[in-house]
Amino acid sequence: MEDRAIIQLDHVSKSFTVRSGIFGGRKSMQVIGNLSLSIQKGEVLCLVGESGCGKTTTGKLIVGLIKPTSGRILFEGQDIWSMNKDEFKNYRKAVQIIHQDPYSSLNPVHRIYNILSAPLFRHGIVKTRDEAEEKVLELLDRVDLTPPRDFIYKYPHQLSGGQRQRVAIARSLTLNPRFIVADEAVSMLDVSIRLSIIELLRRLKEEMNVTFLFITHDLAMAKYFGWEGRIAVMYLGRIVEIGPTPRVIENPLHPYTKALLMAIPEADPQVTRSKKPMQLRSLDIPSLLNLPPGCTFNPRCPFWIEGTCDREVPDMYEPEKDHYVSCFLFRGK
Amino acid sequence: MAKEILNIENLFVEYSNIRGKVKAVRGVNLKLYKGENLALIGESGSGKTTLGTAIIRLLPSSGYIKDGRIVYKGNGNEYDISKFNEKDLRQFRWKEIAMVFQSALNSFNPVLKIWDQIYDTAKAHGITNRGFVRDRAISLLRYVQLDPERVITSYPHELSGGMRQRVLIAMSLLLEPKILILDEPTTALDILTQRNIIELLRTIKADMGLSMIFISHDLSLAAELADRVAVMYAGAIVELGSVEDIFYRPRHPYTLGLIKAVPTVTAGFRELYSIPGSPPDLINLSPGCKFAPRCEYKETECEKDEPKLVEVGPEHFVACFRHKEISNGR
Repeated sequence: MEDRAIIQLDHVSKSFTVRSGIFGGRKSMQVIGNLSLSIQKGEVLCLVGESGCGKTTTGKLIVGLIKPTSGRILFEGQDIWSMNKDEFKNYRKAVQIIHQDPYSSLNPVHRIYNILSAPLFRHGIVKTRDEAEEKVLELLDRVDLTPPRDFIYKYPHQLSGGQRQRVAIARSLTLNPRFIVADEAVSMLDVSIRLSIIELLRRLKEEMNVTFLFITHDLAMAKYFGWEGRIAVMYLGRIVEIGPTPRVIENPLHPYTKALLMAIPEADPQVTRSKKPMQLRSLDIPSLLNLPPGCTFNPRCPFWIEGTCDREVPDMYEPEKDHYVSCFLFRGK
Repeated sequence: MAKEILNIENLFVEYSNIRGKVKAVRGVNLKLYKGENLALIGESGSGKTTLGTAIIRLLPSSGYIKDGRIVYKGNGNEYDISKFNEKDLRQFRWKEIAMVFQSALNSFNPVLKIWDQIYDTAKAHGITNRGFVRDRAISLLRYVQLDPERVITSYPHELSGGMRQRVLIAMSLLLEPKILILDEPTTALDILTQRNIIELLRTIKADMGLSMIFISHDLSLAAELADRVAVMYAGAIVELGSVEDIFYRPRHPYTLGLIKAVPTVTAGFRELYSIPGSPPDLINLSPGCKFAPRCEYKETECEKDEPKLVEVGPEHFVACFRHKEISNGR
């Protein structure tokens, strides 16, 4: 199992320093707390959670855009922050990210050709302009921007949101990656466009055998894209539940996952109006600057056990095969 | 049949910009009945927000009503909102129709405490009795499940997104409007907060019997709260019907496409279908049905004339030449 892992997070924590007020002192804010995770070659792992839970930070840590405060991130068994220059360059080629907002992730003063050819030149994949143009046309064709000659010399503002996101995807493919982090890659797009981008990602996964970390706040999208993979549910910087997608959706274990599934509004009047939302003890999410002791969900959890949940941090338990949950209700089961 | 409170007749709204005239709302006819929840759904650029802001005449300066009437029926009289001057509008907004805008943070003045913003609103409508406003504000804030003493002395940035949305909803009820327009009331909120806002809106409707218009790109909000749904595409209503008709018996290819493109969580796993292409440019609109370039049911006639809304069932209207071939989700 271990040797099939492409990315592993080994007890990773990440804190940011924030100032409180103009004259206030500096405070440390822990965004990711002691996260361990292993992503297997060829799988789709969906990381779901609400805003501020640390899912984007996790994505950035995995692609090496930010450094963990403690713990190690391993790419094919090797710690990325103790790699030599060539190894690091190889890792950077193999691991790519698609950002959320196609309006701000593409440089507005560069043509599509420049955006897509820059990494090709940078990594010495092409030497001449003709070679670069040929490769860029091929990439545009691959993401269904056809005919590619209509797009290659356009600027990002001349494209629609869906077309821009296709360019962003094409850019992530320039270096034949083996691992792609898709961070809310479809959230900003219109409903009718969203699905075609999802289908594109799915096709690329089949054709290029890419491993995906699909980060989203949308459980329905995670279910649809990651049905054959796994879902990890994140809350305040910790993974509270992880397991095969059908199991997590059909048999959620953690009270937070249950609360989400019972609350989520759905595009089906009969289904959505018959939901019985879980009554939480508190509506407010605790601040990252002032995390509650014990299980971070305990101040909101209707099933909390006084004296346990507010004191100790639960381990990961495995009440059914490959389905893990970090909750005392499952201790010893 | 319930009494109508608002009647939009053949409304056209345009924006002028450097490239030309953006035809944002094109010939909309729509009624709002007393006590109902009407959802306007559509994608960005479909004209749903323009229609909402036209109703309370808060279009940005480049936008104007080109033609049509917006008739409000209240206090035993009929008023054409599109003919109101600024003074009429000041009397009318908040008291008869209030709107909660999409971005909860931008709707506040960042340097004023919540209390000052509430009092300013009341004062602008001639209510200057501080004690009276304060009592009403406190009871409304408590009604939306906030701690009034804390919230009233806070600045907007000190509140979370969900709290700000609840404050805005409370404020919109300050002058007891008959119609409440909510633009994307749950977008950008967390799932658990969304649920809370939905439950709150449900309670408000049950308690106060207002008429509400929801503007959203999110089909699930319509599925939760709407009695009737109007589906907009390229500035026009392409389908209008009860929430059951729209979700379970759609007759327009676009509505059908939208419903088939949205995954659900708790219902079983099903294959989804995407709509090819993208929405049209609202400056250079082609003749004929605006959805035709993306439509799999397209025939030659669809590219010549634009179909009008026709009644296909009780209170169920569709603007499509080929609606007979689209039934029961095909």
